[in-house]
Amino acid sequence: MWVYGESRDGQPTPVTLELVSQASASGDATVVFLGAGAAGAAAVAGEYGAAHALVDENPVYDQYLALPAVDALASLVAARQPDLLLFATTYDSRDVASRLAARLGCGVVSNATGIEAVDGGYRVLTPWGSETVAVCEVTGGGTAIVLARPKAFTATHTGGSCAVEQFTGQPGAGAQAVQIVETVEEVAEGPSLADAKVVVSGGRGLGKPENFTLIEELADLLGGATGATRAVVDAGWRPYAEQVGQTGVTVKPDVYLAWGISGAIQHLAGMKNAKAIVAVNRDPDAPLLRNADLGVVGDALKILPQLIDEVKRRRNG
Amino acid sequence: MRIVVCVKQVPDPNAGVARIDPGTKRLVRDGVPNILDPGVEVALEAALQLAEAGGDNTVTALAMGPESATEALRRALAMGAHEAALVTDPGLAGSDTLGTARALAAAIKQVGFDLVVCATESTDGYSGMVPGMVAELLGVPHLSFIRQLSATGDAITAQRVTAHGYQTLRCALPALVAIASGSHEPRYPALRGIMAAKRKQIATYDLAALGLGAADAGEAGARERVLALQPAEQRSAGAVIEDDGTAAARIADFLQQRGVL
Ligand SMILES: Cc1cc2nc3c(=O)[nH]c(=O)nc-3n(C[C@H](O)[C@H](O)[C@H](O)COP(=O)(O)OP(=O)(O)OC[C@H]3O[C@@H](n4cnc5c(N)ncnc54)[C@H](O)[C@@H]3O)c2cc1C
Ligand SMILES: Nc1ncnc2c1ncn2[C@@H]1O[C@H](COP(=O)(O)O)[C@@H](O)[C@H]1O
Repeated sequence: MWVYGESRDGQPTPVTLELVSQASASGDATVVFLGAGAAGAAAVAGEYGAAHALVDENPVYDQYLALPAVDALASLVAARQPDLLLFATTYDSRDVASRLAARLGCGVVSNATGIEAVDGGYRVLTPWGSETVAVCEVTGGGTAIVLARPKAFTATHTGGSCAVEQFTGQPGAGAQAVQIVETVEEVAEGPSLADAKVVVSGGRGLGKPENFTLIEELADLLGGATGATRAVVDAGWRPYAEQVGQTGVTVKPDVYLAWGISGAIQHLAGMKNAKAIVAVNRDPDAPLLRNADLGVVGDALKILPQLIDEVKRRRNG
Repeated sequence: MRIVVCVKQVPDPNAGVARIDPGTKRLVRDGVPNILDPGVEVALEAALQLAEAGGDNTVTALAMGPESATEALRRALAMGAHEAALVTDPGLAGSDTLGTARALAAAIKQVGFDLVVCATESTDGYSGMVPGMVAELLGVPHLSFIRQLSATGDAITAQRVTAHGYQTLRCALPALVAIASGSHEPRYPALRGIMAAKRKQIATYDLAALGLGAADAGEAGARERVLALQPAEQRSAGAVIEDDGTAAARIADFLQQRGVL
């Protein structure tokens, strides 16, 4: 089983390590890293179970979108024919996976939350709606491509090391078609949303963007991160980096506090594995209340300031 | 500039929980209200704005689906698309993402294009695989998750949302872009547009017209096979209380029990 690794500042992303650990559970895992810092990232992946790493540090992978990586992977996969190539369900990986699948004619399963090795093949689990999980297989032979959801698997530090093989990907001239002219990072303060122990999120029920100062204040007091729904991100109230859900960040905090969030299935996909959920919603039928460990039917704008005061009082008392 | 927008018809997400037929293991599309995918409306809006920004441009809405998908195409025409085309064939039922992409790419070639516009992911399938696959099959680059788009001559500049901010991208045409949700406010069709849309001819293509065989698309070509359907794990229900003025204290108690306060 192979994993397409994503790295940032020379470190594998958390989801990459989750995939590496999962892949190594069912045999020899090979991870591919492309671009600056690839070798360093490979070494870390070794500590999480990768047996082999294929690395190419050519900066071209960081300067042009997707296409150089597709060229590199296409020749690697054609030559070495892994059974299965795992990608993370992120926009960057998806760009590469979709083109690679079309180029090589691979079968694809996306949004996977489970993989089981069965005699001679793999079974892949993927959610269909809130009530059903489909058990799939990829037919027809060749390399299968599976895109897995972040936090579906656990990264396990084994302290091992991997054999690192340098290769030269030789992206074609056409691979430089989409130039990355500028990369802008909007750095958020506080703990990273994906790793925070406490996440305080707000939805459209908060009424207006100004009310998110209450969300920020509570998150700050609890040492947590702020989150949001796609409805408020789309409305421009909050940055995309705060979006929790199927098309945003997946979180698994000790406590997730949801204020004025209905609990659409796409939002639940990103937070329902929190250890505990507290939800406040005016509507007793809001789906999120059914998923909460503590659900409160009430006005978020009334309770939020009270809770902020209460937390301060207990902290100081 | 010839712009082709890939528009998909989906079961109305506001009309209740989507059902899956246990026999065919496919999404039930009959007897449920279908609409033009709200994500596609955003993508179409981006395409219309680009077309209106100047120059001699045409916008063609292209759908793959059953005959009834013409309704989604009429909605796209009513919003302002100039032309519409439907790929429909009994042999396309049960297509996986690559089968869908093959059919769409073959039709886009016949329509002719400088720019293809998709939504980032569909509301019902949400694989997000189709745009990149279509681009690969057309042999053009694709720019995903785009929230801002402009064209100058034969090149486009686009802003791509990333997990930590955004990127500015530049690319020569022909190309494909996938538009991010919420990035454009879809216009509401005017009555005149709705009336005009009713009279427009919709070109149709079947598999033979596209030069595709049974193994390229549809159930026969699909590589992802569903073996079984299982119930999803549900969270066990907790306590739901009515706020009687003590909710803040109850939440604080809960946070203390959980060791985060
Ligand atoms: C392909 C696709 C992907 C998606 N991905 C995501 C995703 O990643 N993340 C995501 O969040 N969504 C996603 N969505 C959108 C999702 O379907 C919902 O539209 C969205 O989550 C709703 O956000 P919301 O709960 O803020 O708004 P609403 O659904 O409008 O809910 C607002 C809630 O606030 C309550 N309320 C109102 N006033 C008050 C008050 N004073 N006090 C307390 N409660 C109040 C209301 O009762 C209501 O339940 C996706 C949709 C699609 C189609
Ligand atoms: N059957 C279809 N007809 C037209 N466009 C489609 C179809 N399926 C997917 N698309 C396009 O591809 C995008 C992503 O879909 P998906 O890959 O299914 O998540 C959609 O928003 C459409 O723009």
